[in-house]
Amino acid sequence: MSLPLPFSPALDTREVLSVGELAAAVKALIEGSIAPLWIRGEITGCKAWSSGHWYFTLRDATAQVRCCMWRTYAQRAGRPPADGTSVYVLGRPVLYEQKGEFQFLVQRLLPTAALGAQQREFERVKAALARDGLFDAARKRPLPRCPDRVAVVTSTDGAALRDIVTVTRKRWPCATLFVIASRVQGDGAAPELVAALTLVNRLEVEVCIVGRGGGAREDLIAFNDESVCRALAAVRVPTVSAVGHETDISLTDLVADLRAPTPSAAAEAVFADTADVRRRVHELGSRLARSLGRRAELLEERLARAGDRLEAAVDQRLARERHRAGRLGAELDALSPLRVLERGYAVPRDAAGRVLRRRAEFTAGRPFTLRVADGDVPARAE
Amino acid sequence: MSGPPAGQPSLADELERLEAIVRALEANDLDLDAALALFEEGVGRLRSARERLAAAQLRVRAVLQDADGTLRDTDIDA
Repeated sequence: MSLPLPFSPALDTREVLSVGELAAAVKALIEGSIAPLWIRGEITGCKAWSSGHWYFTLRDATAQVRCCMWRTYAQRAGRPPADGTSVYVLGRPVLYEQKGEFQFLVQRLLPTAALGAQQREFERVKAALARDGLFDAARKRPLPRCPDRVAVVTSTDGAALRDIVTVTRKRWPCATLFVIASRVQGDGAAPELVAALTLVNRLEVEVCIVGRGGGAREDLIAFNDESVCRALAAVRVPTVSAVGHETDISLTDLVADLRAPTPSAAAEAVFADTADVRRRVHELGSRLARSLGRRAELLEERLARAGDRLEAAVDQRLARERHRAGRLGAELDALSPLRVLERGYAVPRDAAGRVLRRRAEFTAGRPFTLRVADGDVPARAE
Repeated sequence: MSGPPAGQPSLADELERLEAIVRALEANDLDLDAALALFEEGVGRLRSARERLAAAQLRVRAVLQDADGTLRDTDIDA
């Protein structure tokens, strides 16, 4: 019986890999095919280096994995976990080539007990708020149609504010955003959010957006905080909660008048598109113009009718006056001095035309005229 | 202590009022003086709305609270 030799003399050395090449190939295989994932295990030997990085081993009954947590992530996790702590970690497997060692690079670490406590607190707060009617549909206020003044409670260094500004600038550039900065995660976020929401009531705004960009579930806990929810409920203007998490609902989402899935969506919900408003203004303008047109026509008709009546009234009055004038003429005629003269009387007048009524008014030798029916007759007193 | 001044009525309020004016005029049951006064108001609001839309430039203000509780707001670059 002959055994096949593992390496025959015909070995082609050009097909032999270096150690580095093998490590690189394995690295590519591992890192290319396993997406970030959560794993569960128990911590042993956690070492927090002065650089801020943490190294520990995660194990269960059957296996163990070396874990590494870079400073950026370790900072968010709080204190290094004690041996035996049961945790969930989010990360991805990598190959540490220099040591030929496979490691799990951890981004998030959550003690399972803390998670359980968080869940219990969430349920407690939710029940308390529900009992006080803070989720009632009857409480929900409609948003104003196109507000000019909007409060935004969020972190100033997150994407949330940038997204809100971008959407608002595009849709409703008439607006002014009043940004009240608050941390939105970590210790101290909840009291800052409460202070910011309380401050909203001192601003003259028409609506309030509170929120943050997407994050892991434990980054959103400030938005499940009871005091934050109650402060949100106490905001006097309609509120929009935009806590960017696709799957989880935060309690502020339930308390707010409107829940938006992301800060951008919140801005879209709050601000009408200017194009719509321009159309509306245009339409109102033409309706206004037509409304006057109708009025003007009515007015014209009315004036025409009034004119006709006035004319008729004047005609009638004139006829009456003419008739009266005729009658008066006859009466006057009867009294006319000419009629008296016709009957043979004469009227003496001096050179100035004054009527001479008494003897004393006649002077011997002075001429005067006598007015008779058909004219004047020169005369002289003797 | 007061917040930043609100200034003029919001554009939304202005449009609501304009809408009400147009409806009232269209209903045609006002006396002439009232109708003309409303029309004049409507023209003013329409002009103001158009100007505001034309001049629109988003403002982003940071609201800050001083140690004594006074509120200030300043432009921020966003």
